Amino acid sequence: MNKQVTFRIWRGDATGGKFVEYTTEITEGLVVLDVIHKIQATQANDMACRWNCKAGKCGSCSAEINGIPKLMCMTRMDTLNTDKVITVEPMRAFPSIRDLVTDVSWNFRVKTKIKKFNPRKPDAEDGTWRMMQEDVDRVQEFRKCIECFLCQDVCHVLRDHHKHDEFIGPRFLVYTAALEMHPLDTEDRLAELKQTQGIGFCNITKCCTKVCPEHITITDNAIIPLKERVVDEYYDPLGWLWKKIRPQG
Amino acid sequence: MATNYETHEYDVLVIGAGGAGLRAAIEASAAGVKVGLICKSLLGKAHTVMAEGGMAAAMGNVDDRDSWKVHFADTMRGGQYVNNWRMAELHAKEAPARVHELEAWGAVFDRTKEGKISQRNFGGHRYPRLAHVGDRTGLELIRTLQDHGIHQGITVHMEYTIVSLLKDGDRVVGAFGYDRERGRFRIFKAKAVVVCTGGLGRAYAVTSNSWEGTGDGVSLAYHAGAELLDMEFIQFHPTGMIWPPSVKGILVTESVRGEGGVLRNKDGKRFMYDDVPENYRSQTSTDPEEGWRYTQNDKNAKRPPELLTRDHVARCINREVKAGRGSPHGGVYLDIAWIKEKIPNAAEHIKKKIPSMYHQFMQLANLDITKEPMEVGPTTHYAMGGVRVNGETQATNVPGLFAAGECAAGLHGANRLGGNSLSDLIVFGKRAGEYAAKYAKENSAGAISDAQVEAAYKEAVEPFERPAGGGTEGPYQVQYDLQNMMQANVGIVRLQNEMEFALDGIQKLKTRAAKVAVQGHLEYNPGWHTAIDLKHLLTISEAITICSIDRKESRGGHFREDFPNKDPEAQKYNSVISKAADGSMKLRREPIPAMREDLKQVIEEMK
Repeated sequence: MNKQVTFRIWRGDATGGKFVEYTTEITEGLVVLDVIHKIQATQANDMACRWNCKAGKCGSCSAEINGIPKLMCMTRMDTLNTDKVITVEPMRAFPSIRDLVTDVSWNFRVKTKIKKFNPRKPDAEDGTWRMMQEDVDRVQEFRKCIECFLCQDVCHVLRDHHKHDEFIGPRFLVYTAALEMHPLDTEDRLAELKQTQGIGFCNITKCCTKVCPEHITITDNAIIPLKERVVDEYYDPLGWLWKKIRPQG
Repeated sequence: MATNYETHEYDVLVIGAGGAGLRAAIEASAAGVKVGLICKSLLGKAHTVMAEGGMAAAMGNVDDRDSWKVHFADTMRGGQYVNNWRMAELHAKEAPARVHELEAWGAVFDRTKEGKISQRNFGGHRYPRLAHVGDRTGLELIRTLQDHGIHQGITVHMEYTIVSLLKDGDRVVGAFGYDRERGRFRIFKAKAVVVCTGGLGRAYAVTSNSWEGTGDGVSLAYHAGAELLDMEFIQFHPTGMIWPPSVKGILVTESVRGEGGVLRNKDGKRFMYDDVPENYRSQTSTDPEEGWRYTQNDKNAKRPPELLTRDHVARCINREVKAGRGSPHGGVYLDIAWIKEKIPNAAEHIKKKIPSMYHQFMQLANLDITKEPMEVGPTTHYAMGGVRVNGETQATNVPGLFAAGECAAGLHGANRLGGNSLSDLIVFGKRAGEYAAKYAKENSAGAISDAQVEAAYKEAVEPFERPAGGGTEGPYQVQYDLQNMMQANVGIVRLQNEMEFALDGIQKLKTRAAKVAVQGHLEYNPGWHTAIDLKHLLTISEAITICSIDRKESRGGHFREDFPNKDPEAQKYNSVISKAADGSMKLRREPIPAMREDLKQVIEEMK
């Protein structure tokens, strides 16, 4: 079952780089990250690659494999055509640091700008709350996110139009949705979503949903409901009228 | 190179940003001091994300017979009474408040029918006690702390590695390290330093730990003069994946057994019924039907033997494999698919209860666990031993140095119960942050000599100055050889002569490690990082081996084929490692302080 495969790996840094081909032997049951590690240990000791848990739980080893954003640790070699050269390159929506490692610090800065969780007063005298499972199911879906940023990488608003200053991207729309739909949360984040966080830029092509390794239904369950809330708040004519004429005080 | 390093000054520096580190940083920051937090990876990626089953806290939401006393007694029994009993007491008493605090910070735990935080059964816990979110509780913990922590004014340094702690006389006053991105060295001055660097599983060939688990904090603290405790106690988790080879060691959560999964050998026999230890016999079912009812929360049923403590289950699996009754790839079968005989919609139920396991096997092994059994075997999972700390303050014997989480020792004794790790992180992470902040307020900043910084710098970059060839080798082969040697000789079943062989081998590997050469640049250079990790791996491997040779009995995670029984005399001491004046590693047996009378009584009541 041993077989020769050729990987075409992007080597370089912020100033530029090129693809370098490495040929190595693989055995049964490997994932792409194993092959990268093997090349690193035997042919390219200094090849940079970010990884951590190797079980699809930490979201560190995001890359583009044959052009598709994926976790290297969760991509089995037997799902790829190993008769052809396999291309591995870094996420293209973020600046390069070196080889397969990109500068994802923008994501961490974006998160600090989103208003934090702000719970209602506890429901019970001992300081605890009561929530029903069916009321938290949808929030738990969003909280499965492992912050691999593959959704940010594939999003054309960021990748092709570079709207990083005006649009927070699918990851942080999911994050905001988890806060907005949290049964205990009392904060209102709709104004920022509309104004500075650019929810209107998303034109629901659903690419983010397709690449999510946690299978979060990003567009349908998180982004569209948030868009609806924004529309209800700012563009509903009856709502607008009611706000104008309702008794004040 | 001059001493012109960029310097960051903090009141409290926390090294490590998993559950314990984040919780310590949050607490110190809340106390009003300036806090720096060092992450070896990106923020939120630490190994805590891998914790699956839950966090133990006697809230009594599912079974109101639970209380801190039962949790305390369970923890001591699991640790086989060499635990730091004060830590076990504080842990049991404070865990519920720490879990409720997470909810106030946005965590969304699974719920009971009354809308409270749900709790699940786990090995060694008498009542359902683990607050959980499916099988991704660790992710929920770290994300909650991260999302809360980023608004607390903590300065986060991502992808930094610390190579040395800096001292002023006896006191730790900072740390020296580099950013992985560019290889730029930095000085971190701090009035107090908390190490929360997690585990050391990477000293072994088969481990559930990520690359980060190289025992950095334990080694850094040791070289700075801190004592290490009970390094012989390593937990081999009974169920790691064993096939395909690339995933060998990755954890299969205990929740699979908590939800009704059973262990079988190749003949289909549930072999766990064959060997139930005396001290658990009264709590363990002898009837499979009763065991099943226990997993479905029947309060009157006793637990199935699959949920005995991890050390015991791991050894039973080892025994089956050695006796030739294992599965094709050298493990045993873990079967959850069988519950379709018991409940309708079993496949959907399994996917709901243990979704990560379903996906893990589907994606990595191409196996549907709702239809077929998994192949599993023991994997190096957790270090009960680590830096010796004061049970209340988490202070080490070195002034200004604190430790919490897996890299600290004491709470778990000879064996940790599942679910007691996440609660350990939040209970003692908080305490470490609190007392480090207090220390920082009471002490001024120390002075750091240029000489020690230069020495640390020189040691770190030395591998670049050794030309390839001419007696040098790359760091990877030394690392592999160490891992294989520890796995084979200081692993799940131990023998005097094998461990002596390993101790000798460690000395030889030290010589080889001193000669490894790396090529290229300082930027994101994995070969260089591996070379630096080698020092830590060798330090902790030596400590593990010395302690294991000395403890001539079997207890918890430490099992000796040549001394298979417990020795009552050996229950009276802990193993303490320290660095002698000549730089050699020194071991002493430290008597365990007598337990408080009221706690003794609790243990009696719970027997």
